[in-house]
Amino acid sequence: MLLNEFLLLGAALFAIGVYGVLARRNGVMVLMSIELILNSVNINLVAFGALHGTVVGQIFALFVITIAAAEVGVGLAIVLMLYRNRASIDLDEVDAMRG
Amino acid sequence: MILHWVWLMPFIMAMSFVAILFFGKRLPKKGSEIGIVAVGACFVIALLAAGSWISRVNDAQHTAPAPAAATAGHGSTEAASTSNNEVVGENGGGGGGAEEHTVDPVTTEKTWFEIGGEKFTVGTMVDGLSVMMLVVVTIISLLVHIYSTDYVGGDRRYTHYFAFLSLFTASMLMLVMSSNTLQFITSWELVGLCSFALIGHWWEEKPNSDAALKAFITNRVGDVGLLVGMIILFWSAGSFDILRIDSLANTGGIDHLLLLVAACSLTAAVMSKSGQFVLHTWLPDAMAGPTPVSALIHAATMVVAGIFMVARLYPVFFHGLSIGDGNLNLLAIVGAVTVVGGAGLAFVQADIKKVLAYSTVSQLGYMVMALGVGAWTAALFHLFTHAFFKAGLFLGSGSVAHSVHSFDMKEDMGGMKKFMPKTYWTFLVCTGALIGLPPLAGFWSKDEILAGGHQLGTHNAYEIFMVVGVVGALMTAAYMTRCVYLTFFGEPRGAAADPHHHPHESGPRIVVPLYILSALAVVAGLVNFPWGPDSVKLRFEHFVQPVGEYFPHLGVVEFVWPLAIISTLVVLAGVGLAYAYWFRGAFHGVTERSRVARGGYVVLANKYYFDHLYTGVIADGTKGPIARASYWVNQNVIDGVVNAVGIGSRKVAEFLYGTVDQEVVDGAVNGSGFGAEGAGQLLRRIQSGKVQQYGALLFGGAVILAGVLVFTL
Repeated sequence: MLLNEFLLLGAALFAIGVYGVLARRNGVMVLMSIELILNSVNINLVAFGALHGTVVGQIFALFVITIAAAEVGVGLAIVLMLYRNRASIDLDEVDAMRG
Repeated sequence: MILHWVWLMPFIMAMSFVAILFFGKRLPKKGSEIGIVAVGACFVIALLAAGSWISRVNDAQHTAPAPAAATAGHGSTEAASTSNNEVVGENGGGGGGAEEHTVDPVTTEKTWFEIGGEKFTVGTMVDGLSVMMLVVVTIISLLVHIYSTDYVGGDRRYTHYFAFLSLFTASMLMLVMSSNTLQFITSWELVGLCSFALIGHWWEEKPNSDAALKAFITNRVGDVGLLVGMIILFWSAGSFDILRIDSLANTGGIDHLLLLVAACSLTAAVMSKSGQFVLHTWLPDAMAGPTPVSALIHAATMVVAGIFMVARLYPVFFHGLSIGDGNLNLLAIVGAVTVVGGAGLAFVQADIKKVLAYSTVSQLGYMVMALGVGAWTAALFHLFTHAFFKAGLFLGSGSVAHSVHSFDMKEDMGGMKKFMPKTYWTFLVCTGALIGLPPLAGFWSKDEILAGGHQLGTHNAYEIFMVVGVVGALMTAAYMTRCVYLTFFGEPRGAAADPHHHPHESGPRIVVPLYILSALAVVAGLVNFPWGPDSVKLRFEHFVQPVGEYFPHLGVVEFVWPLAIISTLVVLAGVGLAYAYWFRGAFHGVTERSRVARGGYVVLANKYYFDHLYTGVIADGTKGPIARASYWVNQNVIDGVVNAVGIGSRKVAEFLYGTVDQEVVDGAVNGSGFGAEGAGQLLRRIQSGKVQQYGALLFGGAVILAGVLVFTL
């Protein structure tokens, strides 16, 4: 069983995703990075599920995919509204909540 | 079964009260139609309930096989209580045995509220006594409602008057079906309130509102006794339930001394509510109210609430006052004094309603006396017949007064016989019933009371009360003859003789109730007819007197021929004497010639000086020296204490303000404010509004936590 390889792949994907979320200024790219994070988690779930010989990991992964779809729907809608209002999707400019 | 639904009656009347108050003024008859329909419905329900009760008693008699033990127990109690009387003892063992079937009252119950594990309930308890009262209250109330539409017609508070009649009827119905003492007290106070409101119906005139206040306050004096008695019963029986109190008192479950104290306290309540000496003074003054109100409240129903209370809690009185042993007790003495005292006062009244009021006082005395000697059925039977003929007399006097616009027999009446023949005849019939002429209603009931005094108690202990009753009958006959003479015979005087205002007979709405009441005054006595087959004989006693664990075994009262003949002769003698004095003018001027007679007249005219005692001695004594003393105490002692407390607290307050409030409390409040502001200034730096910065912090925190977890485990 090539567990280590799967875990390494998941960790790499997770690191890339976190980098994208924190560093990219384009809203769409941030959303895509979140997808990477979620999928890295899915890989881990499926890998451990396969290791233990159960389908629980896969079922959990299915739930995550479903939630991710909804999340992307809402996220893209927010980005779209942002673009309509400000003609820009640069996240650095979105700081209306500054204290 | 209808007996479970009797609560509908007070409910209907209460709804009628509300409806009349809210909509009465807008209706064509100003609200009186609501009251009449409601009370008519109640009358029908009461009749149905009476029929249902009668069949219940009959069923109990047929289904239950004659319990030998109960009959034997009855016989032995009988023998113990009336061991000297052969006739009664035999009857109790033989003929009476057939009627000894336990009939339990019909009860319903709902929890009203609950405090500290003690449940307070409202409910109904219906037995023969309640059913009898329900019928009396509804029939008199119905007739009074009809009569009032004419009598108070056009009054400015006509709607208000009918609303209070409804509320009164509701309260009175509630009173007679109460299943516990708390509910009983509530209804007792409610009828008192309605009495107050209706006596003071024409409150614009000072004497009327004074009379209302007097009635209310005098009743409060008796209510102290009521509350004390009921509280004693609650603690000794552990319950407000009347049935439970009765059963415990009857089976010896309550200490005798407690019963004695409770019975004496409750007697005070009877004295105020039922107009017994020495708290009777409010009842004649209550005649200031409209006449139909006097007929309903102050003759037939409310004033008998005291009698009803004694009858309902009879085991408490019977055992507490040792009535069965022939004890000379408070109840009988109060009643006897009232019989003679009230009758004496009726002789000197010029106001026709006051004659009737003192007559009511005297007749209520008969009932209390009968209860005091153990003649339970006789008392309730007299209550039943008295309600009809006394209401008839009051309504008759109202009919006369309606015609001459005055109640003064000496100034404004006389010779009314030819102007108002219908009123005259009904008044005469009711008078005959009141003085006890055979075979009218009053004869049977009064005779049973006299027979009770003669036969009950050991060693003829109650014989004296029979004598008092006969003397009372003589006086009753005499003062009623005087009243009839002054009103209906002789030459018209004052308003009756006024050529511009010809007196006239009253309309049908006044006369028809008079017909009905005088018819009842004739036949009501037959419900307890002493002879005949079992379906006729002593029906009132059979259906009304309770049989069961909650009611003591009482001695049976037999009809006595010599006594009946003597009392009838005495009544005729009374009528004859009064006839000779007023019609023929014999012994005229006796008050001028004889110093004794003059003195007697002065005492009677001053009502035995009771009013002087109450207002002059007690009230003035209280408000004079005691008021001055309390003023001095108020000015010097209490004001001093109050001022000292005031100044002291001001000094303490100034110190507290200067040091504690200004320095410590304000410092703490300001300090916390500044602290919060400083912390806020520091923390606002990290609120950049940039989502990615927040995300970085989140992930940074997660990394640190993960590090902690990994390196510490």
